Amino acid sequence: MAAPPQAPGRAPAPPLPTGRGIELLLLAFAAVIVTGALVIVEANQEQEVTTTLLWLGLAYLGLFAVAHLAVRRWAPYADPLILPSVALLNGLGLVMIHRLDLANADRASLLGNAPPSSLVLRQVAWTAIGLALFMLVLWRVRDHRTLARFGYTAGFAGIILLALPGLLPASISQVNGAKLWIRIGGIGIQPGEFAKLLLIVFFATFLVQKRELFTTAGRRFLGMEFPRARDLAPLIVAWGLSVGVLVFESDLGTSLLFFGILLVLLYVATERISWMVIGLVFFVGGAVLAYNLFGHVRVRVQVWLDPFSDFNGNGYQIGQALFGLGTGGVGGTGLGAGRPDLVPFAESDFMWSSLGEELGLIGLASILVIYLVLITRGLRSALAVRDSFGKLLATGLSYAVALQIFVVIGGVTKLIPLTGLTLPFLSYGGSSLVANYALVALLLRISNAARAPLPQRPSVPQAPLAQAATELVQRPAAADEARGAQA
Amino acid sequence: MPELVLQLTRAGFLALLWLFVLFALRVVRSDLYAASGLRAILPGGSRAAKRSGRGRTARQLLVTQGPLAGSRITLDSRPILIGRADDSTLKLDDDYASTRHARIAPQGEDWYVEDLGSTNGTYLDRAKVTGPTRVPLGVPVRIGKTVIELRS
Repeated sequence: MAAPPQAPGRAPAPPLPTGRGIELLLLAFAAVIVTGALVIVEANQEQEVTTTLLWLGLAYLGLFAVAHLAVRRWAPYADPLILPSVALLNGLGLVMIHRLDLANADRASLLGNAPPSSLVLRQVAWTAIGLALFMLVLWRVRDHRTLARFGYTAGFAGIILLALPGLLPASISQVNGAKLWIRIGGIGIQPGEFAKLLLIVFFATFLVQKRELFTTAGRRFLGMEFPRARDLAPLIVAWGLSVGVLVFESDLGTSLLFFGILLVLLYVATERISWMVIGLVFFVGGAVLAYNLFGHVRVRVQVWLDPFSDFNGNGYQIGQALFGLGTGGVGGTGLGAGRPDLVPFAESDFMWSSLGEELGLIGLASILVIYLVLITRGLRSALAVRDSFGKLLATGLSYAVALQIFVVIGGVTKLIPLTGLTLPFLSYGGSSLVANYALVALLLRISNAARAPLPQRPSVPQAPLAQAATELVQRPAAADEARGAQA
Repeated sequence: MPELVLQLTRAGFLALLWLFVLFALRVVRSDLYAASGLRAILPGGSRAAKRSGRGRTARQLLVTQGPLAGSRITLDSRPILIGRADDSTLKLDDDYASTRHARIAPQGEDWYVEDLGSTNGTYLDRAKVTGPTRVPLGVPVRIGKTVIELRS
């Protein structure tokens, strides 16, 4: 790097640490942990422990090393903690899915059925696709501010993606009661996961442009400035969108996620607590409406209040998950030594209880802290970045991860009614994984903008105009002569 | 698989997970100041500064932030006056600084900072300076918008 010319007496600024070394170190550490987890699973499941496991660990490291090189190339100042956190979560998820695969194959052979298809191979393929998209986003989006130009397009595409499964016939779009899918051939994707990203981009663009509208003073009530009624339209539209998702796609989680994200972005953009109050009122209204209108919501609430009253029916899944968490206790049973496969959908919606059974409270807490590190680094980039679009975008993306984690873990641990969302990076599910890799790539892009050194300021400070000495400027001789000739 | 090995791998794996977390948190701590524009205090860097600070005296005063960022004053045995007054050694153009804001003076091997009754105060790192306080090498002294440090 060529040193910029320095004025005499001015110290050269020390080179900013990029953190790429730390990132690689942490990635290697994550690879060690994941390989360790795989070995423990294999040993506990009485499989052969061979050097193949080591090669799998190295392959995992290689995959993320490629992503690391992409970051080095295209976002050299990006946050060093985001990629390793994601890598560790994804690796643990893969090991756990593999572990559940083994359990399912075991059960199938006991019952004399054909072994079910391996989910982990699919998930590995999705990871590779996700990392490819990750690199593509890092490569194509060189400055996150260019995304603001496509804000309205993104919003339009997002709404279409979100609405598409609801409009398609149920044979294509319905899986387990939720119409969230587009299934063509054997491959299904959930367009809602991608719509999430697009709509965050749109909300950020929209709120940066129309921020004044939302901060216009309205009526003052209970010590808060409330907005004028006619400025409520965007909130009502978002609310309608969420309810629409609930009505046409029967998905509580996505509906909650979208409304939550918009509300938080509105709050961050305006710094008005009144938006939160209004939003919560809307939310409560929507919740009451949904409870009274939709049977599936009522079932969810009843299961949440008392899963054991209908243990062999609707409460079975969450009841088993609670038993699993209880079996795990503080220290867990050890990877591969529990029975997490007793919970239906242990590899996707109930990944958290599977992990809880085998890693215990101590392990769950560490995973939660890793999620927290990921979220705080995203929010920190939002604080540090110097443009408001970037701030809102990074906040929205980090908050989307945070809310999703809260909704999933809250649902599994019976804190809130269960919703069908996946744990980012941990759960089985291709669309979620791929979309979240794109999300992380955007976060890295913004954190790169936040941490990159400022362009060098002129090294000779210019005196402020008021203090600049008056200079005597010689009048050009030619002009003097011309005036003389006129006179 | 023997029970003992199972228990050991179980505990070992949890320890490994938390080790990762602690390492990550250490990195978080090391650049806590980066976004606010303050210099990142890396764990290794501060140790190096401490090591070099032992037995060495301050030779230079460096302005690290503020309008004068980058200026250096070579120290001799004379005290340094800082403020908006014209006869200050370091003359600040800062609405947050007082006319005679602070003095940094040597006493034996060490340098001491003293607030001269300024309106907005002088801060050594995070602590407000009330009486004469020793300034270690590399620790930021804040005066209004300006941050200075002693360097060897």
